[in-house]
Amino acid sequence: MLRRILSLIIKEFLTLWKDPKSRYVIVAPPLIQLVLFANAATFDVTHVALGLWVEDTAHPATELVSRFEGSTAFDVVAHFDNPGDVERALSAQRVKAVLHLGQTFSADVLSGRPAKVQLLLDGRRSNTALIVQNYAASILEDFQRQRSPKPDAGLQLETRAWFNPNYDSKWFILPGLTVLLTAVATILITALSVARERELGTFEQLLVTPLRPMEILLGKALPPTCIGFVEANVIAGVAVVVYGVPFIGKILLFHVAVAAFAISTIGIGMVISSIARTQQQAILGVFIFLAPAIVLSGFATPIANMPLWSQELTRINPIAYMVRLTRSIFLEDVSWAIAWHQLWPMLLIGIVTQAYSTWLFARKLQ
Amino acid sequence: MAPAAPPPAVVLDAVTKRFGKGPQATIALDHVSAEIRPGEITGLVGPDGAGKTTLLRLIAGLLTPDDGKITVLGHDSANAVTAVQQDIGYMPQRFGLYEDLTVAENLRLYADMHGLDEAARQERFHTLLAFTALGPFVERLAGKLSGGMKQKLGLACALLPRPRLLLLDEPSAGVDPASRRELWRIVRTMAGEGVAVMWSTAYLDEAERCDSFLLFDNGRLLASGSPAEFSQRVENRTFLLAVPSGSKHSVQRRAAADPAVADAIIQGERIRLVLKAGAALPDGPALGGSGAPQPVRPRFEDAFVSLLQGRTPERAEARTARPPGEPSAAAPVDGAAIEARDLTRDFGAFRAVDDVTFTVSPGEVFGLLGPNGAGKSTTFRMLCGLLEPSSGSARVAGVDLGTARAAARERIGYMSQRFSLYGELSVRDNLDFFSGVYGLDRARRRQRIEWALESFELGPVARQTSGSLPLGFKQRLALSCALLHEPKVLFLDEPTSGVDPLMRREFWARIGALAERRVTVLVTSHFMDEAEYCDRLAIVYGGRMIALGSPDDLKRRFVSDALPDPTLEDAFVGLIEAQGTQVAS
Repeated sequence: MLRRILSLIIKEFLTLWKDPKSRYVIVAPPLIQLVLFANAATFDVTHVALGLWVEDTAHPATELVSRFEGSTAFDVVAHFDNPGDVERALSAQRVKAVLHLGQTFSADVLSGRPAKVQLLLDGRRSNTALIVQNYAASILEDFQRQRSPKPDAGLQLETRAWFNPNYDSKWFILPGLTVLLTAVATILITALSVARERELGTFEQLLVTPLRPMEILLGKALPPTCIGFVEANVIAGVAVVVYGVPFIGKILLFHVAVAAFAISTIGIGMVISSIARTQQQAILGVFIFLAPAIVLSGFATPIANMPLWSQELTRINPIAYMVRLTRSIFLEDVSWAIAWHQLWPMLLIGIVTQAYSTWLFARKLQ
Repeated sequence: MAPAAPPPAVVLDAVTKRFGKGPQATIALDHVSAEIRPGEITGLVGPDGAGKTTLLRLIAGLLTPDDGKITVLGHDSANAVTAVQQDIGYMPQRFGLYEDLTVAENLRLYADMHGLDEAARQERFHTLLAFTALGPFVERLAGKLSGGMKQKLGLACALLPRPRLLLLDEPSAGVDPASRRELWRIVRTMAGEGVAVMWSTAYLDEAERCDSFLLFDNGRLLASGSPAEFSQRVENRTFLLAVPSGSKHSVQRRAAADPAVADAIIQGERIRLVLKAGAALPDGPALGGSGAPQPVRPRFEDAFVSLLQGRTPERAEARTARPPGEPSAAAPVDGAAIEARDLTRDFGAFRAVDDVTFTVSPGEVFGLLGPNGAGKSTTFRMLCGLLEPSSGSARVAGVDLGTARAAARERIGYMSQRFSLYGELSVRDNLDFFSGVYGLDRARRRQRIEWALESFELGPVARQTSGSLPLGFKQRLALSCALLHEPKVLFLDEPTSGVDPLMRREFWARIGALAERRVTVLVTSHFMDEAEYCDRLAIVYGGRMIALGSPDDLKRRFVSDALPDPTLEDAFVGLIEAQGTQVAS
């Protein structure tokens, strides 16, 4: 039995390697996406195109304006003198935000009356708008503190971000990316390998050999597991060495997590491939699974911000568990006991999907 | 006082078509010149990959030639495609029909595409439905029609705009003989009305029914003209040799090796001999036959094979090459090698196989013959454990497939029509893999792989990628992979469909040698030729086994004054007609 499975595994590796298409699937997309995501996809907002609509040319107003001009967060790209121009510039996305100071601003500030500062934001990009608002608020806060360092302002909030003190979004993105790329590679390889054999007619040839369905599934599952391991380690390595993301967790725990994760994604790949008759259908199936699974994984948007029903959905999404777990291994040295809460659901998903695909295969034979 | 010949419908002038670029390019057609006359059926004959489909697509204007000129109905196909498109009816091999539409909807769709107006369309529908006898089925989904009916519908769609040129790409492949005859009748009538018909086929017996033929091999036009004249090339050189029962394989082998013989094949209980030009008739008993060889009318295939062998003498050698390997050491199986008892298989409400029972003895070559969709593949799949029967039982090599499938599989070799190999892997990797999954231990593995490389002459290509090999090598590799574990029973699914006749002969020589070593062979086919190699045949039609017997037995049942020497196809058609209305749906 071992000899049979071993032959199958060797063959799987050989076909993967000798087929230029599958070689490409393993190597190229992860590399391209790694570079792309790490450098281009960032949540840090800098050089926001800011428009100024300043109707007051007196001293405190000019000081506030120069603070905005001096900030790296903003680039002043336009000056306005009427609301119509402001509206047009915002809707054409020439500016992301407009700072409006009314005619009475300086007078109000100097006389101690509440002074109004208006910030007009492009709400279509709500995420950016929120961040821009925060930047603007902190500039205003500084401005105010310097003008009136009154004792009653002594209650100050001092924030310190744990695990990512500089809010470097690479620290957030790259561990998640490790998970996504590993998921894509393992699911795709698994789903395609059976579908390809079905398309070429070699699957029937396998079924008439003494290989049992269990042995075929094992032989089909082990190679993508190995590839998933290598891929996860390479990407994690690049994240640490090239992009300086800290890895303070336990390496062994990381490997165990990858194994548990691979079992679950390969199970899903197996289910897809036991339904798909052609490689095209398999790719479509992978896509149908991956697109929502990535959106609901917490990779880009926090699960806690989702509506309840979709939070429930993330409970059957192995990518969500693994994204959470990988971030906590990288950044916070999570303990085995806490990691277990993310590990067992992945294992359960793996066992259920693998069993289901075995059942599907067996049923097709009847 | 012969009337002036009408101008040809198609003129091919040194037409060349390549696929791919540079040294990798495959030449699909190589300087082909020919004329197709109206009012005639011109057969495009040749194995798969010979260039038949490419030629039809070029004439239909779907491809443009790289070199040479095609004149279709008086227009240069390169710059006047649209001018003649309306006059061309093209029926591709597949995908011609929308399977989710009904018969009537398919016709209407094609009428729309050809811009037929309402009056013309009613008249055409009426004529064509009567013509094809599809009238009662207009509301049926095209996907639910039988293979023969699908082809007739495809033909009706191609005939809608009253084409002057009809291009048919393998219209009869996999169709039952009765429907095949009907297709011929319809097309014959069209030709009678002056339509130029091009009919491509891999069946050599169909070539004989054409008015003229173009014979292709590897993109080259090997021969053309009238089939009768072509067959006359081997006039007085074709004979049938009766053989004592049980010795046909050895006699065939001896005859094939005889220097005077160009071709020797098994035909029922006799050996068909084609002598080399000018060779003296060998002595029948000396070859192992009973009595002297009797002269017989030459066939198209005889001339084709003798032509191919004249061109490629080295391949003639391969055909007589020593058969594969040492005797199978397996102890003879007690009782039947294959036993099907009341095999029935339902797919939902549809009964694909209905109560099929037969037994095959060890060493027998047994054929399951029937058109596509008749149930032969379903039966075959149940017997090799790919499908579970709904009821009934299957035993192979003494093991019940229901209770001991894994044990049965170790005794089964399987080769499918598509030569299911791993194309990216080398020949050697494929052999390694299959010997591994059959669980051979290391010593045996090495020994069997060496055996395969040697006796199938695969040694020189062992390191090559199997997908890049010519068809003949692939076929040999597939067969050797199926034999690595020395199976007692060999399952062959349409093993030689679409290969050229020399390859088919080589293949069957190997199968014959295996049968002599008491390996049991079960083969499915819709090729009547292939069926002649079998010791016994089960004819499957409409899910049921309608006849069982040796090819000669089956033919003998239909001997009549009108048909003193019926072919297997005559017998098949006769059997189907005898079934009458029971399977008319």
